[in-house]
Amino acid sequence: MAEAVAPPGRRVLAWAQEYGVYAAVGVLLLFNVLFTPHFLDVANFRTQLVQVAPIVIVSLGMALVIGTQGIDLSVGSVMSLAAALVALYLGYGAWPALLVALVGGAVAGTAGGALVAYVGVQPIVATLALLVGVRGLANVLVPQLVEFRNPDLIALGSSSLSGVPVIVVIAAVLTLLMAFLVRRTTFGRQVVAIGGNRAASELSGLPVRRVLLLVYVISGVLAALAGVLATARLQASDPTSLGLFIELSAITAVVVGGTPLSGGRIRVLSTVMGALLMQLLSATLIKHNLPQSWTQIVQAVIILAAVYATRERGTR
Amino acid sequence: MSQSAAPVLEARQISKRFPGVVALDGVSLALLPGEVHALVGENGAGKSTLIKVFTGVHRPDGGELIYNGSPVAFGTPLDAQRAGISTIYQEVNLVPMMSVARNLMLGREPRGRLGVIDTARMYGEAERILAGYGVVTDVRRPLRTLGMGVQQMVALARAVAIDARVVIMDEPTSSLEPREVETLFSVIRKLRDDGIAVVYVSHRLDELYEVCDRVTVLRDGRVAHTGPLAELERLKLIALMLGRDLDEVRTGGLTRFSRDRRGARGRDGAEPAVRAEGLTRRQVLRGVDVSVWPGEVVGLGGLLGAGRSETAKGIVGALRLDAGRVLVAGLPLRTGSTTAAIRAGVSLLPEDRKAEGIIPALSVRENIALAALPSLSRAGVVSDARIDKVVEVFMRRLRIKAASPHQPVQELSGGNQQKVLLARWLAIRPKILLLDEPTRGIDVGAKAEVQALVDELAEEGLGVLLISSDLEELVEGADRILVLREGAVVGELSGDDVTEDKIMASIAERGAESDG
Amino acid sequence: MTASPGREQVSRVLQQHGALMVLAALVIVGSVAFDSFATAGNAASVLVSSSFTAIIAIGMTFVIISGGIDLSVGSLFVFGGVLAAYGSQYGLFVALALPLAACGLVGLLQGLLIARTGMAPFIVTLAGLLGVRGLMLAISNEGATTYLVKDAAFARLGQGGVFGLTWPVFITALLAVAAMVLLQRTAFGQNVYAVGGNEQGAALMGVPVARTKVYVYLMSGLLAGLAGVLNAARLSSGVTILGIGLELDVIAAVVIGGTLLTGGAGGITGTIAGVLLLGVIQSLINQVGNLTSAFQQVVSGLFLALVVVAQRLLGRAQRLG
Repeated sequence: MAEAVAPPGRRVLAWAQEYGVYAAVGVLLLFNVLFTPHFLDVANFRTQLVQVAPIVIVSLGMALVIGTQGIDLSVGSVMSLAAALVALYLGYGAWPALLVALVGGAVAGTAGGALVAYVGVQPIVATLALLVGVRGLANVLVPQLVEFRNPDLIALGSSSLSGVPVIVVIAAVLTLLMAFLVRRTTFGRQVVAIGGNRAASELSGLPVRRVLLLVYVISGVLAALAGVLATARLQASDPTSLGLFIELSAITAVVVGGTPLSGGRIRVLSTVMGALLMQLLSATLIKHNLPQSWTQIVQAVIILAAVYATRERGTR
Repeated sequence: MSQSAAPVLEARQISKRFPGVVALDGVSLALLPGEVHALVGENGAGKSTLIKVFTGVHRPDGGELIYNGSPVAFGTPLDAQRAGISTIYQEVNLVPMMSVARNLMLGREPRGRLGVIDTARMYGEAERILAGYGVVTDVRRPLRTLGMGVQQMVALARAVAIDARVVIMDEPTSSLEPREVETLFSVIRKLRDDGIAVVYVSHRLDELYEVCDRVTVLRDGRVAHTGPLAELERLKLIALMLGRDLDEVRTGGLTRFSRDRRGARGRDGAEPAVRAEGLTRRQVLRGVDVSVWPGEVVGLGGLLGAGRSETAKGIVGALRLDAGRVLVAGLPLRTGSTTAAIRAGVSLLPEDRKAEGIIPALSVRENIALAALPSLSRAGVVSDARIDKVVEVFMRRLRIKAASPHQPVQELSGGNQQKVLLARWLAIRPKILLLDEPTRGIDVGAKAEVQALVDELAEEGLGVLLISSDLEELVEGADRILVLREGAVVGELSGDDVTEDKIMASIAERGAESDG
Repeated sequence: MTASPGREQVSRVLQQHGALMVLAALVIVGSVAFDSFATAGNAASVLVSSSFTAIIAIGMTFVIISGGIDLSVGSLFVFGGVLAAYGSQYGLFVALALPLAACGLVGLLQGLLIARTGMAPFIVTLAGLLGVRGLMLAISNEGATTYLVKDAAFARLGQGGVFGLTWPVFITALLAVAAMVLLQRTAFGQNVYAVGGNEQGAALMGVPVARTKVYVYLMSGLLAGLAGVLNAARLSSGVTILGIGLELDVIAAVVIGGTLLTGGAGGITGTIAGVLLLGVIQSLINQVGNLTSAFQQVVSGLFLALVVVAQRLLGRAQRLG
């Protein structure tokens, strides 16, 4: 703030904030190509991508929410609710069950969004209440793991489109849709403006509350979809542990992707890169026989580094 | 006050630069014990930077600070405060949710047994101290539940109680009632008699002449004048602040409003473009009626806190009203909804450009297009071509100086930011524009352009509600002036009555009862 | 501004003591509805099981009043427990000192990062949550090793007691009283409120903002570690799978207790009431019998939502009043 000229360190930071995540993914890929046996196998790539797909989908919604200066802690619980609803309604067929699960996600998102937009509760508390309550609800609905044999649902989780797993295709399509939504639609521009300066957006006549509500609904629906896809892949509904801590992974992906927590900016592709980076990182550590504990410690360091690079004088 | 006394605090050739700005350029100022020293200057003159150097918030890049005869370098505000330099900021800088007593005694609470705070003594002491300032209140209540005047007194009492040798007051009266101002002045005089040096920053000239001994005028980061205040003619002081020739100030003509159109426009339409009736909000507005006809510039006059901004916000639905309604072209507007107001053609250019106007990180282009987005898109998808066209038109028409339309608006000068905001509104073709201090804090060139634009828009048939603290701007810009005082319209001036004298007389008229 | 002091006062009392009132009401309803509720045994069991959350919540109260948040406490709780069980083979002193030193250090580091770099507390402690869990897994052979408590004196610390209450309950009570004094009657406590209420203003009033923040996170880390230590003593082992989501329960309890998540207001009494309230709800749900513990979460979530909505409305009333 007080420096007359931006020092070189500042410029490096700015560069790291902008392109750091791409560089890091590149470095990790290169490292793996050189030092990890069988890394270039198609099967390995498939596994990595299938694993990261639900996180990517949840992160897309999270990026949107964080763009409004908010946060959505409820995504993991919404995933578990979706898993429970799918198990309950699978009797009517896979598609009706999917629909019910998505509606469930939308309802949870509406609850959180209404608390944030209309009552004025801080996003962190509003979605914390949902995190606690919704997983409880999912567990009340489906107290234990339920396996299923619905072929449509199993196909959703394990089939491929010309060699690419359907889950991955869905995540990719949603990424493109989200990028389009943010960059090219009135709604997307309004979201960014509201995150950048809410008071000004209100005075400019933007439907601030409606936009905020919708942001949380979208996050809820995306989380529910991720929950259904993860359930389909597991071939079992597991509301107790499905999506546990995914809010942390999603926030990490968004933050590592360089979207500031202070809002007003949404980086969709970088967010996906952030998710890929974390996935690649843990895969690399595992392939080189480093235990899970290391992954978490390294993750922690990366989060701190990413936020340090994008930090603004926020308070929370 | 003896001229021979050694200065208690002295700035010698202080310089301070920020990225792109030289805030202070070789400023020297000597503060004598037992004087009230006025520090004046327009926005951006360097007053606040100088204060922040005195109080250890900023460290100077050049020059030195002499305190009690020896050079000092305050690392933090705490260092300065401990040395005896206290500041009362514009916004009361206390902790709103803590009690009055805890705010007053923070950092020096009386201790009882085992070193813990003795609350009974703390409350007693707080009551005693405040009584000395004419404030009687329950000191256990959270500070925020009290009026601004009381909060200000708490801040002042706090500063004095920590053995201040120098007290710096930054716009201390901006939110005080006249009665409270009198109390404040008597406290200031008492401080002066006790040998404390007071730095008094204010825009209100009456106050300066009433309470200050000497004055230092800053302009563009330099000292334009320093000396006894009583010897300085009022107009001369204004000229020094504005950096203009005295003659120019005397003859007026500081604004760029055309002077010949007044009265040219009539109320040809039967219905006013906007009519606000009985706008009421507890403690802020008491039944304000305002009408603006198409092509008319209506000025809102009055002192700070008279309810001018609140009237504008009430009209566009940004301030919740207890009662009252707004009609646009005869049709009632849904209250409390800025969206509805804007759709009906009523737009507000807010006073606080940074907090309520610009979206700092977004580009000039996106800031201009913001309100017009729905009309610049098809099926929710924005059309780049249409936005580019609109942005180009307005950047040219308003002469917005930016590296490119894609430059973040936060990098622009204040004047250009203001033009961006005007462009945002013009892009949606409003019927009525409410302009709240449209030229405050922007450079002279931009100011003239904005004023000319207001004229032009009115000429084109737009209704304009103009709020300005600059009387001259108001008089030359408005066709008709409503004078507000304490949330109510106390006078209406039109035709030849639109003069500065008449406005001031109108403000004073009702104010006479609360002593002058 | 002082037009309706009555209304303003009512809302302030509700804000500060609402949790306590609901707690009292629930206890009365529970006593009437269930014979086995208002028994000494049940009361003791609620107190014992709430004490660990309460210790962490005390630290969290300081953090939240200062305007921050600490997500790392759940991980620190487990980490502290594992270290205590591991350390107990070297005697009582090591069993206490090792985890407290380690958790204190983590808290200190987090505090320094938050206070000195200006990074958001939410993110720093999120990294702490992950990093500390990693550390815990690293020292416990990826969670596979459960260290057993080898020191009898140490085990007694968690299991012994008088009047049907275990020592952790008394330790919690002592800590709560100490925390109240610290918060209300010392300069440090005043600084915590000032930093949370108006950070810039506090700095200008001479409050050592950075130092206050560092202490607050240090304290939170220490207390989370202590809770873990006592829990290890109670269970006679350093269980690696507990503590998941604990930070959220604790934050919920603190918020329900009337501490504003925006900082600057709140207190220990409310927090203790909040913790007990959640404990009593749990106990009532157990009384009903055929409800799963998942039901508890639903109620907690609903309750939390209710409280924050009420706080918003009360806050509005206070500002208007």
